Amino acid sequence: MGTLAFDIAHLLAGGLLLVSFMMIYQDRMFALLHVFAFHAVVLSLSVAWQAYNQGAPHLYVTAAIALVFKAAIIPIALRRIVKQLGVHREVETVVGVGVTMLAGIGLSALSIVLMLRVTAHADAFAREDLAFALSVVLLGLLMMVTRRNAVSQVVGFMSLENGLILAAAGAKGMPLVVEISVAFSVLIAFIVIGVFLFRIRERFDSVDVTAIDDYREVHR
Amino acid sequence: MSGVLQNLVAIIIGVPIVSAGLLALLPGYWLSARLNILACLVTLLAALSLLLTARPPAGPYFLIDDLNIVFIVLNTFVGFSAATFSASYTNHELAIGRLTPTYLRFYHAMYQVMMFGMNLALVSNNIGLMWVAVELATLSTVLMVGIYRTHEALEAAWKYFILGSVGIALALFGTILVYLAAQPVLGEGQGAMIWTSLLTQANSFDPALLNLAFVFLLLGYGTKVGLAPLHAWLPDAHAEGPTPISAVLSGLLLNVALYAVLRFKMLMTANDRALDPGPMMVVMGLLSLIFAALMLYRRRDIKRLFAYSSIEHMGIIVFAFGMGGPLANFAGLLHMVMHSLIKSSIFFSVGHIAQIKGSQQISAIRGLTQSHPVLGWGLASGVFAIAGMPPFGMFMSEFLIVTSTFERQPILALLLVLGILLALGALVLRLIGFIFGEPTGELKPSEAYYVPLFLHMSLVLMAGIYLPGQMVVWFQTVAALLG
Repeated sequence: MGTLAFDIAHLLAGGLLLVSFMMIYQDRMFALLHVFAFHAVVLSLSVAWQAYNQGAPHLYVTAAIALVFKAAIIPIALRRIVKQLGVHREVETVVGVGVTMLAGIGLSALSIVLMLRVTAHADAFAREDLAFALSVVLLGLLMMVTRRNAVSQVVGFMSLENGLILAAAGAKGMPLVVEISVAFSVLIAFIVIGVFLFRIRERFDSVDVTAIDDYREVHR
Repeated sequence: MSGVLQNLVAIIIGVPIVSAGLLALLPGYWLSARLNILACLVTLLAALSLLLTARPPAGPYFLIDDLNIVFIVLNTFVGFSAATFSASYTNHELAIGRLTPTYLRFYHAMYQVMMFGMNLALVSNNIGLMWVAVELATLSTVLMVGIYRTHEALEAAWKYFILGSVGIALALFGTILVYLAAQPVLGEGQGAMIWTSLLTQANSFDPALLNLAFVFLLLGYGTKVGLAPLHAWLPDAHAEGPTPISAVLSGLLLNVALYAVLRFKMLMTANDRALDPGPMMVVMGLLSLIFAALMLYRRRDIKRLFAYSSIEHMGIIVFAFGMGGPLANFAGLLHMVMHSLIKSSIFFSVGHIAQIKGSQQISAIRGLTQSHPVLGWGLASGVFAIAGMPPFGMFMSEFLIVTSTFERQPILALLLVLGILLALGALVLRLIGFIFGEPTGELKPSEAYYVPLFLHMSLVLMAGIYLPGQMVVWFQTVAALLG
């Protein structure tokens, strides 16, 4: 594997991290969904590149699932939910964008320093991928923490899963079982979330999680 | 003989999933409740006969050894008795219209999906498969916690779902790291995910990767165990879901996550250069114990009270396994078994009491021994047992944990005793309110089904008075295995 192959893998994984950062500062629902779709596209390219380099055809399946399911079907479905619920205006954030960005930069620096130190003996491809993957996972967590709206928490969770898939693809020769299961779990997770969103709408007329908290405060 | 064993494993995971499909299709409440019990009974019988058959070497997917047999038998047993309790509980819920027949059909199907997920996690020899199974069990319980569709239930389910998913995501990252650590030694592909081969080769893995992996796994699966500070989902999920599910969550699902942690702990101990996982577990265990003991004091909801008590006991168990050594491991294992039995029996009686009173508020429950003597004394014995009083089995396990810790780390033992006493105080305080005084609220006679409640309590009492020699030997082997 030449340096070009490595550089491209590096570029794509780094791109995924960059798109994660882009998601953090989106304050409009639709824009957030667009960026998420882009996130999934970058993930799919990155996984496909790994598949090509490792000669592992089953990874193409993972890439295809990411492309079809996460970059197209889920954003479209979420878009419809958002429209139905009428929450497409501002995204409520718990803390300001500046603070979140700083925290995100801190988390990425931490995870890159940590992973590069720990994986000193591992394969270079896996090292870079894992370092970026951990940052993407942590940024997904950060997003879930800093958003109040249920839909954007879901998006945060899915970007977190994207990071996990990047890590799984980077681990050379990881068995197929796991990839399918990851994709499958995303599917299940989404169904569950969908069910919840509809229920939440039915009962609260809002998907803002603080509305649930307020209700509890009043009624206890 | 190996054929027999494979058949048994096939029954243990096959029966739940097949009956889940059947239950999803079958209309009729009466039939599906019976079928649910029957499926659990068949699984239990298969699990018990695992004890009698010889064990061949583990295959690529499934493994039966001394450690997981304890979990499987416990899991299927409590699953079975909770199913019998569930039949009488849901009967009442249907009568008062809290659940509709459609929801009940869904409920029964999900019950079996959950049993499938838990059993699969326990028998799997592949760390990837184990992860998938734990995730499946989590998702099915999320759906059941939200089944009442009240505001509180939905909030609890949402919280559980989000925290559970984050935990499970961290655990997957840890699993990937374990694979990466194993891959240079065991080669690419399936081989590097099989737990038995991981264990034999663990010493040649890269210790730094393994350390990092364990941190993720402990945090990830630890969320599911309900360890502080990742426990926030647990009280809500226990309080707002149907009571049979609270019993199964406390008695079983927490154990399954604990089992995953223990498997990876064994990998860590098998590697000489890796960090000692003990101190991390000890710290998390103590933190959960003391935090939950303090939280026990100001609860107003009876199910929430016992949910915090579950956090407390999982803390004690994780502490014991973190201390390690034959005695502490033995005690931890015993404590886990006792906790599952007692906590589920407490939830059985709490479920009936809450149905009679029409409320879960502690203030609504008074003078039970006068109005409902059987339920009242059933609950009282359960609370005595969970507080660690003699002559019940939990006294013995707590005593063993405390004495073995005093021998090695007196300061930690003091903290442990402090936590246990705090919890004891809170529980006794509440118990006096429950069973004595003037009865309040609804006083209608109960239609409770007492068999599972007293079955569990008599087992616990028996364990406190006399542990059969064979069982002691068996637990000692497992304790030695855990290192």
